[in-house]
Amino acid sequence: MLYLRRKVNKMIANIPFLAVMAMIIIGLATVVFKRNLIKMVIGVSIIESGVNLFLITLGYREHSVAPIYTASPGGIMSYPVPQALTLTSIVIGVAVLALMLSLVIYIYRHYKTLDIRKLGGGEE
Amino acid sequence: MNILDILLQQSPALIVATPLLGAFLTPLIGKLGYNVRNIFIIIILAVTAFLVFLLASDVFSGNIHTYVFGGTTSTVLSNTVIRILFEVDGLSIFMAIITVILSLAAVIYSWAFMREETGQDKYYTLLLLMTTGMFGMVLTGDLFNFFVFLEITSIASCALIAFWTHKAKAVEAAFNYMVISTIGALFVLLSIAFLYGKYDALNIAKLASRITPVSFSFIDKLSLILLLAALTMKAGIAPMHMWLPDAYGRAPASISIILVGATQASLYGVFRICFTLYGNVIQIPEVSLGWIMVILGLITMLIGVFMAMIQIDFKKLIAYGALAELGYMFLGVGTGLTILSNPQLSLASNSFALQAMKGGIFHIINDALDVGLLFLVAGAVYYATKESSLNNLGGIARNMKYTTVFFLIGLLAVSGIPPMNGFASKLLIYESVYQLNPILAIIAILASIMLLAIMVKVFYSAFLGPKIDRFQDIREAPKSMLIAMGILASLIIFFGLFPDLIVNTLVEPAVKAITHPTSYILWLTGGV
Repeated sequence: MLYLRRKVNKMIANIPFLAVMAMIIIGLATVVFKRNLIKMVIGVSIIESGVNLFLITLGYREHSVAPIYTASPGGIMSYPVPQALTLTSIVIGVAVLALMLSLVIYIYRHYKTLDIRKLGGGEE
Repeated sequence: MNILDILLQQSPALIVATPLLGAFLTPLIGKLGYNVRNIFIIIILAVTAFLVFLLASDVFSGNIHTYVFGGTTSTVLSNTVIRILFEVDGLSIFMAIITVILSLAAVIYSWAFMREETGQDKYYTLLLLMTTGMFGMVLTGDLFNFFVFLEITSIASCALIAFWTHKAKAVEAAFNYMVISTIGALFVLLSIAFLYGKYDALNIAKLASRITPVSFSFIDKLSLILLLAALTMKAGIAPMHMWLPDAYGRAPASISIILVGATQASLYGVFRICFTLYGNVIQIPEVSLGWIMVILGLITMLIGVFMAMIQIDFKKLIAYGALAELGYMFLGVGTGLTILSNPQLSLASNSFALQAMKGGIFHIINDALDVGLLFLVAGAVYYATKESSLNNLGGIARNMKYTTVFFLIGLLAVSGIPPMNGFASKLLIYESVYQLNPILAIIAILASIMLLAIMVKVFYSAFLGPKIDRFQDIREAPKSMLIAMGILASLIIFFGLFPDLIVNTLVEPAVKAITHPTSYILWLTGGV
């Protein structure tokens, strides 16, 4: 029984990593197979969330407190670096998302469609 | 301590900070008028250039220059690197010199080229941001920092590729590039996270010292492959080159030339990762990717020249030419890597490995100048005639004398004809690659000859030929464009006439920096 519980606990600890892989693969599949530009942007966004989740999972410690030295109640502190990295990555992600969507708007204005199969024709 | 010493000490930070400050001041200065703003931007870049050359003089005398942000030492608690630091060695400063030359040429060129456009404040802001990103990429000594600057560069360059938003193709090319570069950058971040999770460090030198043959495992392999795949994609190496001709061809000419520098900054990332980050384990068979680099280089070269043959768009043709040129760098450096990572080969063959590396590295700066000049010429032709299809151009040499001469110089340089600079580096590559396998050299020479043929065809169909009524009274390109082209052309001829000088002063330290990664790695424990 104890063995089984340990096994289950281990599995639960691994769930974030499985989620990361699933998100990255789903995102990639969306970018590759979907034909709608907005859906492609969503796919990129899903990959990005997956990578962010991976970063934040790396810094996770069980029962830890926020790493503020002056106001710490004691005990294990979580690791601050991955959180700083994730924050930076999220900010970059917002910029990328905004720029991609604005490009989509321009493409829609030119071609009146979001289907990538119908792009590419027409004038220079 | 005089002012130069202080400047030198702070220069790595100032090189990144100056264009960044300039970028955000540009919209304000722009209110004062057209000329004021342009002079301001040229001054900003001139100051940056001064700092780059100041730093270069120090680095080329044999030092590795480091700069720690927010403190004087990089370590806290004896073994953890917590601060961001810039670490500048020969290769970094070599790339910084290329960046500064290209961006100065682009800004001078833009003075007349973009005169009639709207939204110029934003254009110059983005241009300076892109330059900042490129400087950051090549100077930083921190992997996560590298990712941040990579994203800054790609966001700014995407916005600039789509600068002519009234052209559907330009927006489409920008979207393509954006999706590809974002996914690439996210995989770079993922592999950085892998390495961080395993080795608890983000500093390149620290990581490199912890990646040893003993610790080498599946995670290291995975992150190596992800990093290299993403960065070669961003560098436009085949088979992931499909975004490059579109992006180069559709962007304004002054942006195409900086994009050349941006792809080369990614190339720098590839070299840094192969030679420095994995420098301790370079002899493990899974890491020695020399042959893969050689083969990818050859494929890139061949795809570049074959696709260039059938292009009718002037700038797209040059973009495929640029792709072929990228292959040469990969071929040269790949040959070096193949030999250096093989412990069985004798010391005698090391000399031609170094020669191949010299050729490959030297070709980076030569390619930047040659292809850059050709892009500027194509832009000038477009500026004068408003025509980019080679089918409709013809006989413009009558009215555009100087531009024609510059194209001729670029044509000879890009196809490796003496006395231009392309010849010097290509000869180094041919000679040394021949020692590894003669077939490689034969393919490389063949690609060069084909490039010459293609460029001669362009020269004939665009510049020579009978008079065309439409182009009866086109005018020579404005002065600022001629000055920008003149700078690049004179550098091409100078490099071609004194290749020894350039190889000894610029290229040798760069090659030394990547073939002897230990000094880069040991800085943390040895120096400061």
